Amino acid sequence: MSDSTAELTLSPEAARQRDEVLAKVKPVEVPRPELVTGGRDFHWVTEKICGIPESKTPTWWWIMFVIAASMATFTLFGLVWLVSTGVGVWGLANPVNWGWAIVNFVFWIGIGHAGTLISAILCLLRQKWRTSINRAAEAMTIFAVVCAGIFPLFHTGRVWYAVMPGYLVPAPNSNWIWPQFRSPLEWDVFAVSTYGTVSVLFWYMGLIPDLGTMRDRALKGGRKIKALAYGLFAMGWRNSNRHWRNYEMAYLLLAGLSTPLVLSVHTIVSFDFAASNLPGWHTTIFPPYFVAGAIFSGFGMVLTLMLPVRAIYGLHDLITQYHIDCMCKIILATGSMVGYAYSMEFFIAWYGANNFEVFAFVNRAFGQYAWAYWIMIGCNVISPQLFWFKKIRENTWLVWIICGFVNVGMWFERFVITVTSLANDFLPSSWGYYSPTIVDIFTFFGTFGLFSVLFLLFLRFLPMMPMGEIKAVMKQGDGHGHGSGTQGQGYAEEGGHH
Amino acid sequence: MSKTGTYGLLATFSKTPEFFTATGKVRDAGFKKWDTFTPFPVHGLDDQMGVGRSKVPIFTLCGGLFGFCLGMLITWYMNGYDYPLIVGGKPYWSPVFPFPVMYELTILNAAFGTLTGMFVMNLLPRHNHPLFEFEDFIRSGDDTFFIVIEKADPQFDLDKTKAFLTEIGAEEVHVVEA
Repeated sequence: MSDSTAELTLSPEAARQRDEVLAKVKPVEVPRPELVTGGRDFHWVTEKICGIPESKTPTWWWIMFVIAASMATFTLFGLVWLVSTGVGVWGLANPVNWGWAIVNFVFWIGIGHAGTLISAILCLLRQKWRTSINRAAEAMTIFAVVCAGIFPLFHTGRVWYAVMPGYLVPAPNSNWIWPQFRSPLEWDVFAVSTYGTVSVLFWYMGLIPDLGTMRDRALKGGRKIKALAYGLFAMGWRNSNRHWRNYEMAYLLLAGLSTPLVLSVHTIVSFDFAASNLPGWHTTIFPPYFVAGAIFSGFGMVLTLMLPVRAIYGLHDLITQYHIDCMCKIILATGSMVGYAYSMEFFIAWYGANNFEVFAFVNRAFGQYAWAYWIMIGCNVISPQLFWFKKIRENTWLVWIICGFVNVGMWFERFVITVTSLANDFLPSSWGYYSPTIVDIFTFFGTFGLFSVLFLLFLRFLPMMPMGEIKAVMKQGDGHGHGSGTQGQGYAEEGGHH
Repeated sequence: MSKTGTYGLLATFSKTPEFFTATGKVRDAGFKKWDTFTPFPVHGLDDQMGVGRSKVPIFTLCGGLFGFCLGMLITWYMNGYDYPLIVGGKPYWSPVFPFPVMYELTILNAAFGTLTGMFVMNLLPRHNHPLFEFEDFIRSGDDTFFIVIEKADPQFDLDKTKAFLTEIGAEEVHVVEA
């Protein structure tokens, strides 16, 4: 409203001067990419997105579901084994008392970060291309947090104690002793549980309008039970503008709250390491470095999931090449930050002139875990650099493969950080070599199954894209009729309605 | 549901700019009890309708303040007062070491406050409403914009308001029963 008012109040003299200046500088018309291509209308968007959970369950879905569920049983198997025998079944022993458990925890938490980044930070930055991917990315966040939570809970062995008062939950235990708030592990409890809860709230609130639509459609189609289920969660939403007004404000506030949250969660996770005094861990670069890495791996996972979904459901008009391009560029940027952090760690180890620190880093690159280090460098530093090339960003298969590398690389990053520092600390007499056991491998492998099961259920039962938001960024969605639906508002577009 | 009379008049629009302009005309005509229904939040519609700023932030602020104080209170009570813990000769309690706890509780409670605020301000959940009985209500979540003028509005007059809605460009005008 305000921009067009300003335009209208421009005096003829001022307008003439502006045109003169513009004639001199010859502004180039930069075409803004459309976010919904193919000349689609509102109805098409509704049918397309609602059609996915409404249609008959496709065969591929059942096949994938059975495979994923079978994989998930590996986690169950691993956990039953652990609980019935003891934590000794994991490969943890002196000196490496933290192995795959924390590696997997940090890995999964990191995966979740892109979801929050897309829904919160990109929302605050008014990046409209986020709309068609944010719902699925947020779902990914929640499922990743579920997978992440398994590891710290079960590393306590008798897991029922972990959730009992006095151990993690701030309530007194049977000896009337409270948890200790100086410990980064206790901060983790607050950070991760807050992160999980707020992600669910944010995701649910975004779903409400679409659940309302699903409810109405189910009712019209005569599916009473479905309508009841969707209706229960839609909370009586009726698309009123007086509702949208509060909804949009709440959405903006939740985005504003999630932004410091997403940065704080991985910062606090990095404190688990940085608050110790072990060489290779005790560094102030950890918080930003962990956050950048988390966003990096999270976007890798978003693309890993969304590219097949896009191909299977034919969503090329909603997740366009422009969307993929944007995500690839973020992966490139965060991948470069991660690469910078690696080199800066080395530099500071040398510049800080601390022998133990220097040894820790030289040992990482050339010691007994050099294989892991170079996998990490190859996947995280070198492979994303390919995204400088437009040709590669346009090749969906290559993008998908590189994203796979990113995921692998980020797992290895956590492995390198955790294990190399612990295996070779101050005293050579206490050095050791860590290997995971079959139980470690089962448990971790199975979490991919669990994650896939949850994601497949999400695809099956919920609209995977926020219809309202997509319609709002379409050309037809603009009330002023000058199509500011596309990203930004160039001068050329502005000129159109005068 | 037994019908007790008219709830109001519902006008449909299929194009955003036309709907947007018509909304301004309804506002200028001085109607009080009316609302619009749109498949997505239309940018600038609040000003156009003359409805003020949302009050949800108040709930967020209250939630956040509550969370922060809660974090201060529990860490002080647990580690400083009820069972004082000596760790490294540091003070029993200071606002610095458990800061992440307060920080996270601030965000957590502010988020709950925001969601609650959204529901409270929208008077939700409400699983019944006369508009749900309107058979084409589904289109408000699809591709159609509605302007609904309630019978409760002081200016409401079935025929005159109907004519007014047609005049401002409504494609169809329906009477919604209550």
